[in-house]
Amino acid sequence: MDDMYRELIIEHYKNPTYRGKLDPCDHSYEDENPSCGDELRIMLNVDENNVITDARFEGHGCAISQASADLLLEEVIGKNVDEVKNMTKEDVLDLLGLETLGPARIKCAMLSLKCLKAGLYGVEGHAWEDII
Amino acid sequence: MLDGSVILKDFPLLQQTGADGRRICYLDSGATSQKPKAVIDAVTDYYEHFNANVHRGIYEISERATEATEVTRKKVRDFVHAASTSEIIFTRNATEAVNLVARTWGEANLKAGDTVILSEMEHHSNLVPWYMLAEKIGIRVEFVPVTDEFRLDLDTYRSLLKNTNAKLVSITGMSNVLGTIPPVKEMARDAHAAGALFLMDGAQSVPHMPVDVQDLDVDFAVFSAHKMLGPTGLGVLYGKKALLNAMPPFLGGGDMIGKVHLGSFTCNELPYKFEAGTPSIAEEVSFGAAVDYLNALGMENVFAEEQRLTDLAIARLSEIPGLKIFGPRDGDRGSAVSFTLDYVHPHDTADILGSRNVCVRAGHHCAMPLHERFNVPATTRASFYIYNTEEDIDRLCEALMYVYKLFG
Repeated sequence: MDDMYRELIIEHYKNPTYRGKLDPCDHSYEDENPSCGDELRIMLNVDENNVITDARFEGHGCAISQASADLLLEEVIGKNVDEVKNMTKEDVLDLLGLETLGPARIKCAMLSLKCLKAGLYGVEGHAWEDII
Repeated sequence: MLDGSVILKDFPLLQQTGADGRRICYLDSGATSQKPKAVIDAVTDYYEHFNANVHRGIYEISERATEATEVTRKKVRDFVHAASTSEIIFTRNATEAVNLVARTWGEANLKAGDTVILSEMEHHSNLVPWYMLAEKIGIRVEFVPVTDEFRLDLDTYRSLLKNTNAKLVSITGMSNVLGTIPPVKEMARDAHAAGALFLMDGAQSVPHMPVDVQDLDVDFAVFSAHKMLGPTGLGVLYGKKALLNAMPPFLGGGDMIGKVHLGSFTCNELPYKFEAGTPSIAEEVSFGAAVDYLNALGMENVFAEEQRLTDLAIARLSEIPGLKIFGPRDGDRGSAVSFTLDYVHPHDTADILGSRNVCVRAGHHCAMPLHERFNVPATTRASFYIYNTEEDIDRLCEALMYVYKLFG
């Protein structure tokens, strides 16, 4: 499990590339994990072809939740919204370089994709298992 | 002086070793304690030798089961120095006991505008039942603030007693986050002088220090068996007899009745009036073994040894870079030591410690208002009990230095 805190995750937690604001932005979505207190806000710019041209995140939380947000935004910039809608739990674990996560931490890892997909689908108040 | 390294031999779970060959370092007794072999054996003994329902069966094993549960009730009465076994009500846990008081005494005696005084350091189980009562009948809820020194602000407490229509004060005997031990006896006296009753949430204090409900003169006290070496699924409500007798029943069903007719019923006498349905028999039986275990150690000794370990832990933790302790440094405090590291989230800390078989808890510890008060989303908590040793503190600090190496 120490493996979980490999260099990649710690690097993206300490020095995130996509932390910040997009102002103005086309879309802004917020979500949280009430049990941990992790909070996340994702901002997107999307062009006329439905391609994500830029993205940023704000929030606070554990290394897993924040690093996964940074890695996810890096991944989705340049992608079509429909492609993002099809992303899965495994895609996020791949980005983090992890094969699996325990029940207590998987919610942290999935917060960013849940926030993004809930925003894109316009659904609220869903558990990540329903969306991802 | 107690010796944790000897005591821990009585606890089967604490013999487990991790991948590194070292034994498990369990520092989460504030959440639930480990169980000595004697308690585990008592559960098995009941199911293997006298599993039968209580109170009704006129045959040997049923009478034996009934007797065993009543023996535990007497042990619990003596453990907290209650005047009578009729004042010891078995519940599912401390949470249910608070809810019982809110739903029976509260609904019968409180009206819109009456005030229940709580504190900022209460567990959710001593907040939400009162919030629910506020929503239902319009009582007011006020809070004794926690000072920057992690103590209750007693001046504000007294002014709340004076300036509100206070009918009940419900306060923890030991904060599950800060470790703070408020002056319960003094606070209960002040409450009574103002015409209010006093409920002590003893979930953390009863397992860790001598408690004498008559000396403290609290009207109600609640605690959970599983935090004091006993089984899960069993809690205790202590209440003064006159109050319990005047209260309406809580749950309805078997055992709590005197007579039932078509369309009416009468209540059983105390304590059964508040114990509807088949009780947690195996749990009540084995809880007796837990009380015996603590009595053999002596609660004065338990408290003294935990103070020694806690002082040592606080001194050692203070050497970790960027570590901030939320709780009193000394004085009246229990063994819960909560902290933050300024470079890493508590969940990451607990996760990394967990990977090294050091079991601590991270989060808001069911005390979100307290974390809001100190403006932190979460803390990491190490909590000690009789089976912990100086080696456990070494393990904790060693693992925290590894966290510092990764994130600092």
